[in-house]
Amino acid sequence: MATSTTDVTAAPEPGVLVDQIRVAVPGGGLRHDLRAAGIVWRRELIRFRTDRLRAITSLIQPVLFLFVLGTGLGALAGGHSLPSGISFKTFIFPGVLAMSVLFTAIFSAASIVWDREFGFLREILVAPVSRASIVVGKCLGGATIATFQGIIFLALAGFADVPYNPVLMLTLIGELLLLAFTLTAFGVMMAGRIKQFQAFMALTQMLVMPLFFLSGALYPLNGLPAWLSILTRLDPLTYVVGPMRHAVFSHLDIPPAYMEHLSPGITWLGWPVPIALSLGIVAAMGLAMMGIAIAEFRKTE
Amino acid sequence: MVTHTSTNTGGAVAPDGATASAPRVQDPVISVSGLTKKYGEVQAVRGIDFEVARGETFGFLGPNGAGKTTTIKILCTLANATSGSARVAGHDAMTERDSVRRNIGLVFQDTTLDTYLTAEQNLRFHAELYGVPKPAVVPRMRQVMDMVGLWDRKDSLVSTFSGGMQRRLEIARGLLHAPRVLFLDEPTVGLDPQTRSSIWTYINELKRREDITIFLTTHYMDEAENCDRIAIIDHGKIVAIDTPEALKASVGKDRVQIQTADDPAAIAALAETFGIEAAMHEGAVTFSVAAGEQFVPRLFAEFAVPIRSVSVSRPSLDDVFMSYTGTTIRDAEASGTDAMRQMVQRFRAGRR
Repeated sequence: MATSTTDVTAAPEPGVLVDQIRVAVPGGGLRHDLRAAGIVWRRELIRFRTDRLRAITSLIQPVLFLFVLGTGLGALAGGHSLPSGISFKTFIFPGVLAMSVLFTAIFSAASIVWDREFGFLREILVAPVSRASIVVGKCLGGATIATFQGIIFLALAGFADVPYNPVLMLTLIGELLLLAFTLTAFGVMMAGRIKQFQAFMALTQMLVMPLFFLSGALYPLNGLPAWLSILTRLDPLTYVVGPMRHAVFSHLDIPPAYMEHLSPGITWLGWPVPIALSLGIVAAMGLAMMGIAIAEFRKTE
Repeated sequence: MVTHTSTNTGGAVAPDGATASAPRVQDPVISVSGLTKKYGEVQAVRGIDFEVARGETFGFLGPNGAGKTTTIKILCTLANATSGSARVAGHDAMTERDSVRRNIGLVFQDTTLDTYLTAEQNLRFHAELYGVPKPAVVPRMRQVMDMVGLWDRKDSLVSTFSGGMQRRLEIARGLLHAPRVLFLDEPTVGLDPQTRSSIWTYINELKRREDITIFLTTHYMDEAENCDRIAIIDHGKIVAIDTPEALKASVGKDRVQIQTADDPAAIAALAETFGIEAAMHEGAVTFSVAAGEQFVPRLFAEFAVPIRSVSVSRPSLDDVFMSYTGTTIRDAEASGTDAMRQMVQRFRAGRR
């Protein structure tokens, strides 16, 4: 009865007074930080899985855009500007796909603000793990669930006459993942600054719609007035919607003239921006914002 | 010199009071010196020093806003001190944050549980965050959950738990990585009296079972009685530090409270007739005298002001608090816009 340590593998007998099981908590290090990032990431997934209602409700808006707006405006925009077999729905599909991750990604960052208010974030912030691993885990977790959300919407591709080509699907999923990561990083960066849930929601609501409308999701980027042309080039979403539309249209059988008109690619003062650079810009922005977010979370006491 | 050792012998428990000794601390698990904290112009902590011995249950007692939470935050590495030093479990709370964090468990005033997850998921995440070795996770999880009587509810979502159950789960979680020190910031605040006492049953149980030092803050006098030693903190300073018994003995006098038809007249009469300084506290004329039960007959015989009721009490921690700070803890908490509401409450309490 004198020893105060027991073998960690010895399970306690139920109902019997047992000695405290000794737990040697190891020191920090990169592996520990990676594991911590993994925990934060997994928590996002568990919450996504248990919150089916959210998965369904965040589908409503993109579905409305695709089928209601797409069909309605399609009657107006169809005919001369679109080749036969290509509907307006096909045209806006990549843009609406991007939109489907937009809300989920920002919402997942919003949960940081929520967690801060209701405390769970503090449990993670007081653990012996680096702040960086928390931010990285959060950004990747948000990116993952937003991409899942996008994949659910992607399943509707057939209704917009987008073929279920494996290469196309994988390309789109990759691009969605990149977009979702950058958007979550943006959200986390904002959440590092804004501590009130209401203020955060108001701000993101204010930003989400302009981001979407200026991205060229609903119209081609050529032949725009100068002011709108400049604004579209400043919208980070543009640099994902462009490559996504390019991917979709290169898997469709349409005359080159129409291609030129419908998916002209992004240009800077007439210089066509390569797709790799376009996606690189988005990735760089995401990483930069994640870096800012890490700095912000390190600062807070 | 015998070194202070605290061996956990499982079932064998020392009788109550046997461990309470003079405030001479060997082998301190927490040592604080010259600690101050300023928030802008406000000085929340004004230079405090204390040590907590291994295996001790140490309470910080004081009204809201006295600096309790600020101190606990500094010890838990959640805030930086403006000056002074704090060492916890052998590490500096300012410069070796991660080392301190690995060795402490925390239970905050507000819940930090993830209510979307089950009780078990919450604990598993905690185990991973603290790097508890895989083979130890399940047995240890079962042990701490058994201790707070929640093992059979491990698969329930935390959102379905009552406030008391959530607090118990948090205590279990705080213990999961076998910390050397468990910090409890107002562990029973916001709970009903029955749940409060059940939480204390669990805390006392864990003291018996675990080799652990407990540091807690409270503004409930009755709960401070559960501590081995208490530091009374007021306006950011420690005004007294000792065992509850020693503190109460140091007061020496009994507290007498009387309800009269004319309180100001009663206070004046007490000063005139007996040379006793009385004041209004908690809605009654309050004063301290040695041998209160012998004083009361004299009071009735010689007092001109009609007395409606009288109560004599042995020194409690309330009196200790009053003798060191000149006010009761409830009076100290009444401030600003709160004052009116508190006064009404006190008035009602006094009538009971």
